Amino acid sequence: MVLKVMSANQAIAEAVKLANPNVIPVYPITPQTTISEYLAKFVADGDIKAEYIRVESEHSAISACLGASGTGVRVFTATSSQGLALMHEIIFAAAGLRAPIVMADANRALSAPLSIWNDQQDSISERDSGWMQIYAENGQEALDSILISYRVSEDKEVLLPSMVCIDGFILTHTVEPVDVPGKEDVDKFLPLYKPDHAYLDPKRPMSIGTFTDPNYYMEARHDMEVALEGAKKVITKANSEFAEIFGRKYDFVEKYRSDDADIILVAMGSICSSIKDVVDELRDKGEKIGLVRVRVFRPFPTDEIYEAIKGASKIGVLDKNVSFSIGGVLHNEIKAKMDVDAYGFIVGLGGRDIKPEHIKEIIEKTKNPTTQSQWIGLNKEDI
Amino acid sequence: MVSVGAAVKEPGSTRKNKTGSWRTFKPILDKEKCIECENCIMFCPEGCINKDYDIDYDYCKGCGICEEECPVKAIKMERE
Amino acid sequence: MEISDKEFFAPGHRACAGCGATIGVRLALKVLGENTVAISATGCLEVISTPYPETAWEIPWMHVAFENAAAVASGVEAALKSQGKTDTTVVVFGGDGGTADIGLQALSGAMERGHNLIYICYDNEAYMNTGIQRSGATPYGASTTTSPHGKESFGEDKPKKNMPMIMAAHGVPYVATASISYPEDFMKKVKKAAEVEGPAYIHLQQPCTTGWGYNPAKTIELGRLAVETGSWILYEIEEGEFKVTYRPIQRKAVNEYLNAQKRFKHLTDLEKERIQSHVDAICIELKI
Repeated sequence: MVLKVMSANQAIAEAVKLANPNVIPVYPITPQTTISEYLAKFVADGDIKAEYIRVESEHSAISACLGASGTGVRVFTATSSQGLALMHEIIFAAAGLRAPIVMADANRALSAPLSIWNDQQDSISERDSGWMQIYAENGQEALDSILISYRVSEDKEVLLPSMVCIDGFILTHTVEPVDVPGKEDVDKFLPLYKPDHAYLDPKRPMSIGTFTDPNYYMEARHDMEVALEGAKKVITKANSEFAEIFGRKYDFVEKYRSDDADIILVAMGSICSSIKDVVDELRDKGEKIGLVRVRVFRPFPTDEIYEAIKGASKIGVLDKNVSFSIGGVLHNEIKAKMDVDAYGFIVGLGGRDIKPEHIKEIIEKTKNPTTQSQWIGLNKEDI
Repeated sequence: MVSVGAAVKEPGSTRKNKTGSWRTFKPILDKEKCIECENCIMFCPEGCINKDYDIDYDYCKGCGICEEECPVKAIKMERE
Repeated sequence: MEISDKEFFAPGHRACAGCGATIGVRLALKVLGENTVAISATGCLEVISTPYPETAWEIPWMHVAFENAAAVASGVEAALKSQGKTDTTVVVFGGDGGTADIGLQALSGAMERGHNLIYICYDNEAYMNTGIQRSGATPYGASTTTSPHGKESFGEDKPKKNMPMIMAAHGVPYVATASISYPEDFMKKVKKAAEVEGPAYIHLQQPCTTGWGYNPAKTIELGRLAVETGSWILYEIEEGEFKVTYRPIQRKAVNEYLNAQKRFKHLTDLEKERIQSHVDAICIELKI
C-alpha cells in the first residue's frame, strides 16, 4: 500500500478513474471545481476513456447524466450548493427513473446571503429525493465511498442514485495521505454496469420517462421506498466485501469511544475529526464522552444509530444545517425515529469555524440542557 | 405492479387504445376514383391508412384531413 | 429518396383529431428509420404518446423534463458514442416552448458543443399542452390565453423569436425551416440533417386545430396558406449558405391566412395591414 498526499477532490477523481464511467458531464463550482479539472486532465491524457461533456449548467450536467445512464452506461458528475439546488428538479427525476448515477457533492452553504464556505444545507435539502447519501469524514473515505456507491446503486435490487458528500474547503482543499487502490482489485469489487430495467437500444426499443396517472404513480414511489430500505442489506454486503479486498471496514455509523459513554455526540462529516480530539482530551480527564458519526444518512440507519446511542443518558446532535422553525435536520430525524433524550445544536453555518471550545460548550449544554435546540457560536448579544 | 421507473417495454402499445371511438364522421375511400397519390397516407395524424388504401377504423378519429387533401375527391366524410 | 413504409409512431395515441405534430413525427421517422433514438421535451407530443403503460413509439425514446431535452440528448449521444454505436441517429423533438423559451439554454449548449444529433422543433406557436398560452414563438397579433385580446390589447404584441437564425449564429452546419404541408421538402431536409456530421436544427411549423381555432380537416391547408402568403418561409442554411427552398408561384394576401383562424379573428384592418407590410418587407428581400 503506497500512500499519496492529496485533497479529497483529487481522491474522488482517482476513484472515478478506477470506476471508469463512460460519460462525465460536469460543470464547475467552488469548491468542487478541481474535481472537474482533475477529471478533464485524466480524460485528456487517456487515463479515463470517457466522453467528457463540458455542459453549460448543472441542470444540464445532471440531465446529460440521466440521458447517458438511460442509454445504459455508467456516469459521474460533481457539484455543490447552488449547482445542486439548480439540479433539484432533475435530482428527483433521476431517482424516479431509477438511474444509478453517482455524484460527489462538495458541501457548501446555500445562497442567500452568498457564501462559498462549508455547511451541509445543500445535500440535506435533497434528502426527500430518494438518493442515497454518504457523508465522508476524510479523503480516503470519500474515495472508498465512491466505489462502494457505484456497487450499491447499480445493484438490481436498488437502482437508485447516490451522492457522496464532502465538506467544502475543509476536505476539498486540504491534503492528507490517501491509499489509491489498484485497478485489478477495483475490478474484482465493481462489476461492469449492465442494466435491464431501462436502456436505449434500437434492437430492443423501450420508452423511458412516461407519464403516470393516479392509478400508477403511488406504486412507482412505493417501489422506491422499498428499494431504499432494501439498500441497507446491499450496503452491508458491499461494505464487507470492500473490507475483504481493501482492508478498510465501513458501516452505517462509526462509533468512537461510545460503548460506555454517558454523553454521546452525534454528527456527520469532517467535524467528527475535531470531536474525536475533544473526546480523547475529556476521556483522559476521566469523563465518559463518546461520538457516534453518522456516515450513511440515506437510507436512514435508524437501528444502527439507536443501537449506538441508546446507552447514553443524554445525546447532543450537531447539525451543519437548519430547517427554519424546526431546528437541525439530523437532530429532528433522530428524535422522530427513536426514543432518546437528544438535544440539537446548530453549528458552522456558512463556514463558521467550530473550535474545540465550542464542542466542549456543546457537551456541557448536553449535560445540563435548558432548551431542545440552539445555535452555537453566534456573534450576537441575545439569543 | 408498475415497472421499474415506469419504463414501457412494449413499443407501439398505444394500439391497445382504439381511438376510433372518438369520431363523429367516418371517411369512406372510393378505390375506383383513387389515383394512389399517397396524400392521405402521408397526412393522416394516426398513420392509419395503409399502402392498399384501407383505412383502419379502429383508430381513425374522423379529423377529415384525408377528405380535404384528396385531389380527386375519392374520400367522403359520412356521419356515423 | 428512400422512406420507410413502416409506421414508427403507432396509432392509439391521445393527440387531438387533426394534430399536426404527429404528422411531422411520422414523416421524420420514416426518413430516419429504425436505428434511431428519440428524445422528447415535456409537451403535447410527449404527453399524448406515452401514457403509462402504453407508448406510441416504436423506437427507443426518453423524456425527462421540459427544458432539458437537448441536454438529455447530449448525454445519450455521448453514451452511444462511448458504446461504439456512432451510426445510431439521435433525434430530439421539442415544442416551441421547450425550444425557444425554457429549453433555449440546453439547446444552445448542445449546439455549441457540436453533438451529432438532429433537433426538430415542432412549432405550433404557443404552449399548447397546457392550454394555449403564449410562447416566444407566438406570432404578432395572435390571441392566446396569456396574451388575450381585450379592450386594452390586440393580443401578442411581439414578433416571433427567430430560432433558426439563432441556431445559424451558433455555426450549426445545417439549419432549416419546414412545414408539415410540404412533406417532400421537410423529408429532404430531415435526410440532409441526418447525413450532416454534427448538430442539425429543423424548425417545423405545425398548425394546431385546437390552439389556432379552425376545423381539424384544414390542418394541412392552413400550413399551406402560411407558406403561400409568405407568413412562413421555407429555407435552409447549409454551412452558412442561405437558400430559399420553396417560392409560391403567386404570393397570396396575408388576410387569407389570418382570416382562416380564430386566434386572429379580433384583428382590425389596421393591424392586419401592419402584418402584411411586415411580411412584404421580408418577402421582397428574399424575392418571394
